[in-house]
Amino acid sequence: MKRFNFTLFSTLFMAVTLVMPVHQASAEEVVNVYSARKAQLIKPLLDEFSKESGITVNLITSKADALLKRLESEGRRSPADILITTDAGRLHRAKESGVLKAEIDRELLDKVPANLRDKDNYWLGLTTRARVVVYAKDRVDPKDLSTYEDLADPKWQNKICIRSSNNIYNQSLVASMISHQGEEKTAQWAEGLVKNLARKPKGGDRDQVKAVAAGQCDLAVVNTYYLGQMLNGKDQAQRQAADKVAVFWPNQQDRGTHINVSGIAITKSSKNTANANKLIKFLLSEKSQQWYAETNNEYPVLDGVQVSDTLKSWGAFHSDSLNLSKLGELNPAAVKVMDRAGWR
Amino acid sequence: MTKSPRLWLLITILIALVMTTPIWVLVSFVFESGGNNWQHLMDTLLPDYILNSILLMIGVASGTLLLGVPAAWLISHYRFVGSRWLHWALLLPLAMPAYISSYTYTGLLEFEGPVQSALRETFGNGISLWFPEIRSVGGAILLFSFVLYPYVYLLSRSAFGGASQHALEVSRTLGAGPYKSFLRIALPMARPAIIAGVTLALMETLADFGAVQHFGVDTFTTGIYRTWSGLGDTSTAVQLSLVLLAFVGVLILVERWSRKQQRYFGGHAKGDALERVALSGRRGMAAFAVCFLPILFGFVVPSGQLLYWTVTTAETGWNNEFFELAWNSFSLAFITAVVAVILAVILAYAKRISANKTVAQTVQLAHLGYAVPGTVLAIAILIPLAWLDKTIDDFFFENYQISTGLLLSGTLFALVFAYSVRFLSVSLQSVESGLQRIKPSMDDSARTLGASSWNILGRIHLPLMKTSLLTALILVFVEVLKELPTTLILRPFNFDTLSIRAYEMAADERLADAGLPALLIVLTGLIPVIILSKLMDKSHA
Repeated sequence: MKRFNFTLFSTLFMAVTLVMPVHQASAEEVVNVYSARKAQLIKPLLDEFSKESGITVNLITSKADALLKRLESEGRRSPADILITTDAGRLHRAKESGVLKAEIDRELLDKVPANLRDKDNYWLGLTTRARVVVYAKDRVDPKDLSTYEDLADPKWQNKICIRSSNNIYNQSLVASMISHQGEEKTAQWAEGLVKNLARKPKGGDRDQVKAVAAGQCDLAVVNTYYLGQMLNGKDQAQRQAADKVAVFWPNQQDRGTHINVSGIAITKSSKNTANANKLIKFLLSEKSQQWYAETNNEYPVLDGVQVSDTLKSWGAFHSDSLNLSKLGELNPAAVKVMDRAGWR
Repeated sequence: MTKSPRLWLLITILIALVMTTPIWVLVSFVFESGGNNWQHLMDTLLPDYILNSILLMIGVASGTLLLGVPAAWLISHYRFVGSRWLHWALLLPLAMPAYISSYTYTGLLEFEGPVQSALRETFGNGISLWFPEIRSVGGAILLFSFVLYPYVYLLSRSAFGGASQHALEVSRTLGAGPYKSFLRIALPMARPAIIAGVTLALMETLADFGAVQHFGVDTFTTGIYRTWSGLGDTSTAVQLSLVLLAFVGVLILVERWSRKQQRYFGGHAKGDALERVALSGRRGMAAFAVCFLPILFGFVVPSGQLLYWTVTTAETGWNNEFFELAWNSFSLAFITAVVAVILAVILAYAKRISANKTVAQTVQLAHLGYAVPGTVLAIAILIPLAWLDKTIDDFFFENYQISTGLLLSGTLFALVFAYSVRFLSVSLQSVESGLQRIKPSMDDSARTLGASSWNILGRIHLPLMKTSLLTALILVFVEVLKELPTTLILRPFNFDTLSIRAYEMAADERLADAGLPALLIVLTGLIPVIILSKLMDKSHA
């Protein structure tokens, strides 16, 4: 037993000393990234960037809220240079909590349409994602579809699937509606929508598409890239499900379809600001933009970038030009509206 | 005798203070105002959070008892078809993270899934109206029961197998049947261990986020996350988690009360080899079924689904990166397991020899970390570590012009510390219930013979508690392997683990691609579980 304990202790010490130096500062050119984009959707680009520029990229991926908390508590000692999120609301929150600085190069900001970046230049969008209505091709006449507002109409009773209000994209959608028509009208709309739900909100966006395909509901509200992934994936069941639905672009006659962005910002603590700008420049290059459009079926923020056949097949659409900072400002209000409407 | 209790008191209180720092950080949020969000929560979702959490607790307690105790009894006292491998195979679900299991079961049983689709094709569409909804409180109860029963099984098995053997033999010679001696002797004697197991399962249930989120069951944990993330209100989120902690406080009190009610000290932890009764024929098959059912639904079905996904529909296959991921997971889990067990031994022992009530209470506090949802705990750890980093950095900068940067919060130290806080309860439960079966008279005799406290610990208790220590080691190891939320928030640059990879795929709704890393978690967890299980066998025989 004594020897057993001794072995344990020595192993422990060795292990600790082995593992600890993971974090080591050195003189080489680096840029440190906190990313709410999952590794599989950012790492390949970062590797490419390192290869081209010789700049080492260090990466931590996590949930946006967690990264934000980490930035806050680390303060000026934070090693981070870059924050990447998958929605504008969180970038706005980061700006509000004072962990960003407005030092993105002017030429980079100018590449991105004004509504897809912060009005004070703290962040900019890298890719656009649209939240659309998908419908069962065999049961729904697209002529009956018009707007998000229309989804609360009693004619859709028991026909709609949507995921939980815990999801940031639903929160952003509702925030955009509050911004356009006020809280009261949005609250009424949310109640109407909840009455029309075919089932309790559950699962992810892909699950909603599958439910439409299986006949549990006729309509679903989803982000386009999920549908794109299903159509191009290896899973035959998912491909078949995705084939049974079609995309409808809501609100084409008025404000346009609701969009969000995945975006990027430079942190206040950044000690490698020049490298951070180089990385942003790389992510805004035509090649990177095309990569997102092709691998993940997201819409580029640059004009004239080659996109995937799936994206081409859905055609062009008119998008809501609301400044996306609004989504962050109104997010708490949106959550409360959904709570009161019983949207789980 | 004169000096050592005071030393123990000091050590214990120091350790307990450090380990409970995050709890104190949380408590400091009590008076922070989160605007009118509390009112809003009470008007809308809070009643649901409370109701669902209570239902889950009742359901999971019953479920884990029903699955864990009979299996433990059968394995420790009978021989039957497959009992040799069932003995360790019953531990397998331990290696299956609850959230991963929830993905596989929804994949199989949801409306669009293969099971219901096949049923609809055979019996028509009406059948789906009758099919129970997997994403529900009931579904969550079943899921947690099948994933968490090993705690009850493991702790009660060591209780059944060890100390109660003698009393049982006596009861049998006095003419009690096997059934009666189980109910009247073995069960009451194993009660502290069983309740310890259930408590662990319940704490884990309450702290779970991934599975309940996927099932759309609103519990305290989903509420905490929603308040933090959706409403952007940290104060109210932390206050909600304090309410959750109060829940757990009650749970711990109940457990302590039950231990006080019934205190048994068995003497012969290293007694004679167990004489297991052979069961054959129909009774053997029944015993097999009782032991195999939990493995089937807790392990075989979900791993089968994962394997199927990996082979058929995954977009990304095996690559060398997985070696690194597995090594990271393994080394973190190993280090933490050792640390948590050492701390648990010190605390449990201090509590035993010290008559001081403060010691006992401080040790109880150390349990609380397990009930804090990982995300909340991680934040509560970031705050003091960042402060400490700042102090160290300032000191070195002023005196030596060296910047130490984020010495603690930016390194693996943060992770190991966080895991230790979170899983100390797991090792403590196991160590304490082991220690409780050693007669205090043994300590007394040793003392009369001139042994010091350290001597008693090293030469009497530790050897007698080998089983409990190994149990604690396995449990913490596997817990860390599966852990997600804390790892997600606190890990350093370029450091990923298997559970991170599984999560990132699943969160991107690529369940099939989450299959391979999830399977590797299971495999990495499996090897030590089996090895340690064999070691435990040897120490018994």
